[in-house]
Amino acid sequence: MSAEFDFSTKLGAAWFPTPLFTASGCASSGRELAQFFPLKSIGAVVTKSIMLKPRLGRPTPRMSETPSGMLNSIGLQGPGIDAFIANDIPWLVENNARVIVSIAGETVEEYATLARRLRSVPGISALEVNISCPNVENRGLVFACDLDSSRAVIDGVRRIIGGDLPIIAKLSPDVTDIVSIAKGVVDAGADGVALINTLLGMVINIDTMRPHLGGKTGGLSGPAIRPVAVRAIYQVHEAIPKLPILGMGGVRSGRDALEMILAGASGVSVGTASFGNPHAIIDVQTELERLLLERGFDSLRSAVGFAHRDSQSAPGEDAS
Amino acid sequence: MSTINRFAKQVPAHVLSNKRVGQYHQILLNIGDLVKHCHPGNFVAISVGGENSGMILRRAFAISRISDRGEYGGTMELIVAPHGTGSRWLCSQQEGATLDIVTPLGSAFGIPTEPVNALLIGGGYGSAPLFGLAEVLKARGCRVDMILGASSTPKIYAPLEGKRSVNSLKIYTEDATSGIHGRVTDSLREIIAQDQIDVIYSCGPMAMLSAISTIAASMEVVHQCAVEEAMACGIGVCMTCVLPVTKDDGSIAMLRSCIDGPVMDGAKVAWNLVGQGREVKA
Repeated sequence: MSAEFDFSTKLGAAWFPTPLFTASGCASSGRELAQFFPLKSIGAVVTKSIMLKPRLGRPTPRMSETPSGMLNSIGLQGPGIDAFIANDIPWLVENNARVIVSIAGETVEEYATLARRLRSVPGISALEVNISCPNVENRGLVFACDLDSSRAVIDGVRRIIGGDLPIIAKLSPDVTDIVSIAKGVVDAGADGVALINTLLGMVINIDTMRPHLGGKTGGLSGPAIRPVAVRAIYQVHEAIPKLPILGMGGVRSGRDALEMILAGASGVSVGTASFGNPHAIIDVQTELERLLLERGFDSLRSAVGFAHRDSQSAPGEDAS
Repeated sequence: MSTINRFAKQVPAHVLSNKRVGQYHQILLNIGDLVKHCHPGNFVAISVGGENSGMILRRAFAISRISDRGEYGGTMELIVAPHGTGSRWLCSQQEGATLDIVTPLGSAFGIPTEPVNALLIGGGYGSAPLFGLAEVLKARGCRVDMILGASSTPKIYAPLEGKRSVNSLKIYTEDATSGIHGRVTDSLREIIAQDQIDVIYSCGPMAMLSAISTIAASMEVVHQCAVEEAMACGIGVCMTCVLPVTKDDGSIAMLRSCIDGPVMDGAKVAWNLVGQGREVKA
């Protein structure tokens, strides 16, 4: 890393040495990827969304590869918050990883209960509130598709957490106006937003002539959805320029990450790319830094939202 | 450091040879010192389609055999059926091509510490890893019998050199084009009783593994099976390849066939719950 170049980023009050993160649901709780790179070398591990109780998730088949993407239908399988706090967070802390814990609930109260369990646990940098998982039995439970539900969840978590731990709301692209949802969660106390969760999709198996996935519908991820993510980041940054955005959706190279930074993301998560390349996040991180340097940026922060500057602006100049 | 994926490495591997064997391709890769950590039952995950491919996920293949004695040093043999777009691409890779591989992954077959009577059962090209296993078991002084089955003769994978490492080999085809007419499970009870089988090792379609498990459980024979479930990552992060497994307390856990498998205790897999079209309840 160059001596002068400042690669660090902030999401609310939380500081990270690099802007690269895992994506919730794509890194489990970190142990599996630790064989391929030191977890402390990235910004933070964003853990798989944890629920209150242990959960087995949806039946198989749970995935289907699609052109430049994949559908998944996991259904938030996980050990539950007690086992997670007992086993997973201490392991991450021992291995010097920075940790963003992602939480998911079935009710507004469940999110608040999860926040209560987590608020005094040491070693957590921020909380991602996943209000947009598409793989739940009742699509009505996708809080992020409804403004009032989104606000209610974030408001409940904010009240429990107080002012210390940054709260990042993970939003769904499957809405008519993502800006209004983003404004709503910020108003309710979110310090930042994670854009985007997967898009709801379906594959029909032409041999069985039925939906291929056990859960019928699944979340579409991978490079196929990247332009949707870039658009969402651009729109939200344009409407709320000071809001920290954790960008994600199909990033598999430094070039892809740079696109999201320029659109307005302060950090970038690498998700599905880690399935095909366990080393992807490090490759993205190395290439992103090189691309920023090549373009004359002296810091990551100076590139955030650069795509919104007028065509006369050059890297290195202060935004007017 | 975690013990998951402990010896796994992502490395470039050269294709040393690619030969058509019946309906399958036998692909030999140069993997150097990684052979030291590869055991029968482990698998390899391979990128397909080249750098700008729209196929974003690796393809998982059972390691058929490994060798550290050849002129190239450590080598890994794979038996690939060119069925899908990814496997067809792999089968088109010529000698000298470089593949992006992650290996060794997953659990290995447990090897008995004392000589026992082992029965190896393979379905289709699921027989591939069993020949490497047979060599290891023979070296431990085990008696090794093998039965292979497929819908038709061209789908049986039984290389000549592999036959030397087993005491007996029976072949079953459903269309009666060779061997015995029928399925590998048809006379399984008799074979287990006659040959005083202590342990069964199997690899093949899930329906076959399930049927073997039922028979093995009723005759109190240990059954280690290598399962097949669609995987996105192969390294334990995506949670797509899970199987319902009965825990010691009787409850069900959804275990990942990539890191808790592919070799599992057949008696513990809750076969009746696999792929059920509803939410699995705890």
